[in-house]
Amino acid sequence: MRALTLALMLIATPALADFPETVQRHILPGYQALAESTAALAAQAEKTCDVAALQPAYHAAYDAWMSVQHLRFGPVETDGRGLSILYWPDPKAMGAKAQKGLLAGDPTKLTPAAFAEQSVAARGLLSLERLLYPAEPLTADPCPLIRATATDLAATSAKVFEEWQGGFAETLITAGEVGNKVYLTRPEARQVLFTQVVTGLEFLDDQRLGRPLGDFDAPHPERAEARASGRSARNVLLSLQALRQMVETLTPDAPNTVAAFDHAIHLAETLDDPAFAGIADPGKRLKVEILQQAVDHVRELVMSELAPELDVGIGFNAADGD
Amino acid sequence: MATRRGFLAGLAALALPCPSWADVGAPAFLAAAKAGEDFVLHGLSAAGESLFSLPLPARGHAAAAHPSRPLAVAFARRPGTFAVVIDCRSGDVTARLTPPEGRQFNGHGVFSADGAVLYTSEVVAEGSEGRIGLWDAVRFSRIGEWASGGIGPHDMKRLGDHLVVANGGIQTDPKDRTKLNIDSMRPNLSLIGADGALADQVALAPDFHQNSIRHLALGPKGAVAFAMQWEGDPTTAVPQLGLWTPGKAPVLCPPPEAEALRMQGYAGSIAWSGDQIAMTSPKGGVAMIFADTGAHLATIERPDICGVAALSQGDFLASDGAGGLSSLTAQGLVRLSQDALSWDNHLVALV
Repeated sequence: MRALTLALMLIATPALADFPETVQRHILPGYQALAESTAALAAQAEKTCDVAALQPAYHAAYDAWMSVQHLRFGPVETDGRGLSILYWPDPKAMGAKAQKGLLAGDPTKLTPAAFAEQSVAARGLLSLERLLYPAEPLTADPCPLIRATATDLAATSAKVFEEWQGGFAETLITAGEVGNKVYLTRPEARQVLFTQVVTGLEFLDDQRLGRPLGDFDAPHPERAEARASGRSARNVLLSLQALRQMVETLTPDAPNTVAAFDHAIHLAETLDDPAFAGIADPGKRLKVEILQQAVDHVRELVMSELAPELDVGIGFNAADGD
Repeated sequence: MATRRGFLAGLAALALPCPSWADVGAPAFLAAAKAGEDFVLHGLSAAGESLFSLPLPARGHAAAAHPSRPLAVAFARRPGTFAVVIDCRSGDVTARLTPPEGRQFNGHGVFSADGAVLYTSEVVAEGSEGRIGLWDAVRFSRIGEWASGGIGPHDMKRLGDHLVVANGGIQTDPKDRTKLNIDSMRPNLSLIGADGALADQVALAPDFHQNSIRHLALGPKGAVAFAMQWEGDPTTAVPQLGLWTPGKAPVLCPPPEAEALRMQGYAGSIAWSGDQIAMTSPKGGVAMIFADTGAHLATIERPDICGVAALSQGDFLASDGAGGLSSLTAQGLVRLSQDALSWDNHLVALV
């Protein structure tokens, strides 16, 4: 019933881009696709543990995560769900260490309830990647752990979608209305969504690109995200596309920001260096650096064009630091 | 026509020895804010109502409240070259403090228990070596200074007849706040005696040398809760909360793994109420509540939350950049008021 009310309300919302549009066209479909693709991955893992048969479903689930991973508030933050879906960066290889014990250890830890209590580093997409694209032969049959990890991923993703659909979306859309105790004003809702764009771009810039780039004299291609499955560059592309789409739902009046996104997306599409292996090669490195500069340009426009358009900024205290 | 009752009341008023906080509505807290393009200082009740609002000459950081007289000292953001003493009855700036040549205020200060002396956290501009400035609290003239026991002191609290100082460890460029020593920084907590001598000092383990100790809250039994800001790799999860009882080693209090990155390595304010401690992160848009044992109890979302102070036992008042004042407990936030302004970093309790 609640979902129905919400659906009716969404239809009644005028088709002007503003934050309710972001919920309707960006957040809810994104989490729904994540829930569906992770469910499909878990179902496939129940049928077979053949890695070749599972890899496409793994990629589909990771793709779906990339369309929502920049959203770091609400149900995805409860119980560390976001981290349990993707634990990266992991400079101390905590994921691999925690997973080793599970691979050869006590099978009772693999029941859904017990697995959900394991370290967030031992769960999620990159834990699956280590099983589906092992760097060296695995020491035990990975099948039970593949199934447990995929099932857990699907359960977590389902919870996030259910909680958005079952209340949190309504809370955000009804910002400023009588009775809304979370978002007392509509600008607060715009502020929180704008913050996701800013921090999403920052993460893309500093982590997804910045970590492997390192310095010119000390490049670190081995630090790239999801390099075993060759998705490092794809994740940058998908993140840019998702953030661009989110901006379009927030306002139709940020043309320069969208154009800057398009430029960065074009560079990411034509990079031809899936796992950023070329970062150590000066010629290929340049292309990644140019992409990073394009992302920097997007960040500048987000502050100079999108922020005033939405009449928001970085939080007064968040921006200060003291 | 003067009545007998009015005449007596007038006499009683004349007999009042000196002005007190009751004259301005007995505020429980002071808070700086930005309203439009103006900077202001508010006196707040425990219910989150503004009792008075006074103009500030520039953006403030924290304030120090005189223990009895209705005087507030508002500090500029660091590195600051001025602090102003405000008579909260009239809003008049009654004194202006300028640090001696080559010194800069560092955002915080505290009065002695009897209100006779104001202590200010300061740095030597070149090198950021810490100082505590001493000021006569009647004329607000400089009467001396002590070493703070480290680099870049920030918050400072009165602990019995001692001062406990958070030496943040960061050397900054005197002109633009650029951090100059992140690789070698080494923050500490220092206890300074009534004679200005260092009575105790602790530093963190080498792995945490980039965890800048910046803000302090005191527990009912003399323990110090300290809030930190991580200057190391932002993807490394480190605790933002520590507890210290002078004479003992400090204890760090990590939240559970799943919550470990939610403050984004940054604690903006800290307060202690009853048997609970609250810490805010405007960067993470969350507050965390801990038991006084250091156990994590809850993480509460609120964009740009920063100021926090103790209300009644186990309750807190929290402020945010969107103008909200809320009561904060481990069960969540309840909005008390909402104004068209941005509350600045800190809520200062009047005690």
